[in-house]
Amino acid sequence: MSDPTLAAFCDLVGSHDPVAVAGGKTRFGLGGSLREGTRLVSAPEGILRHLPEEMTVQVRAGTSVRDLHEALAEKGQRTALPERGGSVGGALAVGENDLHVLGRGRVRESLLQVRYVSADGRLVSGGGPTVKNVTGFDIPRLMVGSLGTLGLIAEVMVRTNPIPPRSIWLTARDVDPFAVRDSLVAASAVLFDGRGTYVQLEGQVGDVVAEQALLATLGRFEEVAGPPPLPLHRWSLTPAQLSDEVCMAGAGDFVASIGVGTVFASLPQPRATVSPALIALTERVKTAFDPTGRLSPGRDVLQGRP
Amino acid sequence: MKIRRTTHPDALVSILKQALSPDRVRNDAAERSLFSNDASIFKGGASGPVCFPVSTAEVQAITRIALDHGRAIVPRGAGTGLSGGAIPLGEPIVVSTMKMNKILEVDLVHRIAWVEPGVVNLDLTKTLMPLGFHFAPDPSSQQSCTIGGNVANNSGGPHCLAYGVTSQHVVALDVVLPNGELVHLGGLDAEPEGYDLRGAYVGGEGTLGIATRIAVRLTPNPQAVQTLLLAFNSVEDAANTVSAVIASGIVPAAMEVMDQLITQAVENYVNAGYPTDAAAVLLAEVDGLSSGVAINAERIAAIGREHGAVSVRVASNDEERARLWKGRKTAFGAVAQIAPAYYLHDTVVPRSQLAGVLRRVYEIGAEYHLTIVNVFHAGDGNLHPLILFDPRENGVLERVHAAASDIVEVSLSVGGVLSGEHGIGIEKRDHMELMFSFDDLDHQRRLRSAFDPLCRSNPGKVLPSPHSCADIQSLSRIPEGVWG
Ligand SMILES: Cc1cc2nc3c(=O)[nH]c(=O)nc-3n(C[C@H](O)[C@H](O)[C@H](O)COP(=O)(O)OP(=O)(O)OC[C@H]3O[C@@H](n4cnc5c(N)ncnc54)[C@H](O)[C@@H]3O)c2cc1C
Repeated sequence: MSDPTLAAFCDLVGSHDPVAVAGGKTRFGLGGSLREGTRLVSAPEGILRHLPEEMTVQVRAGTSVRDLHEALAEKGQRTALPERGGSVGGALAVGENDLHVLGRGRVRESLLQVRYVSADGRLVSGGGPTVKNVTGFDIPRLMVGSLGTLGLIAEVMVRTNPIPPRSIWLTARDVDPFAVRDSLVAASAVLFDGRGTYVQLEGQVGDVVAEQALLATLGRFEEVAGPPPLPLHRWSLTPAQLSDEVCMAGAGDFVASIGVGTVFASLPQPRATVSPALIALTERVKTAFDPTGRLSPGRDVLQGRP
Repeated sequence: MKIRRTTHPDALVSILKQALSPDRVRNDAAERSLFSNDASIFKGGASGPVCFPVSTAEVQAITRIALDHGRAIVPRGAGTGLSGGAIPLGEPIVVSTMKMNKILEVDLVHRIAWVEPGVVNLDLTKTLMPLGFHFAPDPSSQQSCTIGGNVANNSGGPHCLAYGVTSQHVVALDVVLPNGELVHLGGLDAEPEGYDLRGAYVGGEGTLGIATRIAVRLTPNPQAVQTLLLAFNSVEDAANTVSAVIASGIVPAAMEVMDQLITQAVENYVNAGYPTDAAAVLLAEVDGLSSGVAINAERIAAIGREHGAVSVRVASNDEERARLWKGRKTAFGAVAQIAPAYYLHDTVVPRSQLAGVLRRVYEIGAEYHLTIVNVFHAGDGNLHPLILFDPRENGVLERVHAAASDIVEVSLSVGGVLSGEHGIGIEKRDHMELMFSFDDLDHQRRLRSAFDPLCRSNPGKVLPSPHSCADIQSLSRIPEGVWG
């Protein structure tokens, strides 16, 4: 292993005791609390290489998303990772999308290559450094959203994309948010809180102006500084369920992401049950990567077990 | 411990016939030999009985019978794969999805369609077009390849530059695992819980079970499109233009490069209106809203001229655009005019390295006395060198494979990867160690074995020994013939 930083992280993780990574701790409780006595380690930090013409950045997992985005912005780029006080590795291990997912893409698709420390303390690499790659099994997809239960992410290669020249937020009352979503092309987000619809338009100046004109035919939209405040809990529904009262019952105060299905709600989502076949497959995956269960013990990626 | 029941082939066939119907299980020599190949140049496949299920339940039944009788299974779509993925090794049961070819549901609210795996890629897009949508992955083989094959190979195409390869367009799927169980992976909701097993399954090349129902994303047809054809005096100039366009912050819908030999062949073949005196042409397309499209088209033209474009043509109408694309999409067919056979390679390099790597590719051709032509997805650095040869020439295949290996090495040495869209199959299985360490491959094997602990689904593919599970059945005697 040529990189001493990664070698040191491998040593730190070791190969015996229960261990987990602490990033920004913004979503630390996701999947359940860690078993008592679990040792916490920090992933290494640092931005290694931003290649704007390849639209990639190589970065260590402990780097904060905000620092990464600040550095990328100097070259007019950003990533799909949400900026909410956490680390790059944490954002990937959690896998939740940014509010602007329609414009910035999904987190699970942004990871090109991953280096992680395995349960037996070895450095393992999956995926590849190029923007297109089908070489072998897709380990990066498995790591996104795995909550540190399959490997501890040390370093990644993430896809970047250009920051559009113009970005604005607009809001209006008494408009049909679904009609708004269906008529727009350049929307990065369409949010609805039960009263007002909030739209983020991003793109070339002329395109944003054109979409703004289109919005004017649907309602009286005014420019605002940003999205409404988001309630604490996060629901995952299908886009159609957002217009279904039964599905939305129990959300309390909410902000729904139209066309996406994410609902930020004041109350937690009731869990749907998961099929036995999926549970069995999930367990086989977990056992294959972490036979002794030492990685982030206590966390369960399937909350909906019967 | 392994207990292997051996069943007489005739008994197996009659059990399969009982489970399906007599006309949908074929075991005659002609049929089996037809299903022993795919579109790659690899020989040495040996198929067992060929089944044509019509439902998920039938696929489950076949899988269970295979398990009971110690046989492997190999899923198969249209057989257009180029890395030998669908080639049966060791007389497994071949499961053709040919009769599972229905578009089950087009759901415009969720912007998805549920399809059976045997649906042909272009048929899906043709169905969606009048509704204002299409299926974004557009492999050049789209007239015949299936969605199931696209999913298994995580296939790409020219328009995947802006829209992403198949994985980004698969929302959920039903998979019959090699133990006969049915699992539903992914979901239509925003962030399905659990591991992204949908993502892990896509690109599994038939080794992770059989997809029997797939929810694919629908992509809205763009409001505005502009297609440009730029001509250059050197392939390097075209390649440098591509990397400068991306560096400038534009992500075109597509950027395809063709060198002179292939351009001339295409022009002869379909009269697409390409300049035959140019050393290379770049076909670039931008789409989206009209203002951005106009700006980006002009910027691409300007960047091209800065990098030595000798002419820039903008398609003035749909008919002209269709003609330009027809040229690109029939390029492989056109090659038949200049050589009786070709080996179609597939590697990816960083875009900034395209020019240098292409220079090496032509040198490698010269070193092995082989003509190599290039037509490729330049926008994402995805090279497709076509190594031309005459199969009647003695010993030519060894030279072709040696040149192909050299191209792999050059690609990896500049930070590239083994395959951008055709997959590993048997073609590049033994190159995997050039890109991955022992531990890396061991973890890929762990993923594979979570889906298929007994190594029943498409054994002998993707992972090299000792990570593969090719110890089963008569597999050990296959490799000799494979490079036939
Ligand atoms: C002229 C030509 C041009 C091509 N151009 C492109 C291109 O531009 N981009 C590109 O990416 N590819 C291209 N290809 C390669 C090929 O067409 C694709 O890989 C295609 O997706 C294969 O689909 P298929 O239905 O033919 O699959 P097959 O060749 O039948 O099978 C391919 C693999 O998929 C597995 N499989 C098939 N169906 C299922 C299923 N239901 N469940 C699980 N596994 C399954 C098989 O076991 C096998 O491993 C081209 C091929 C040719 C001949």
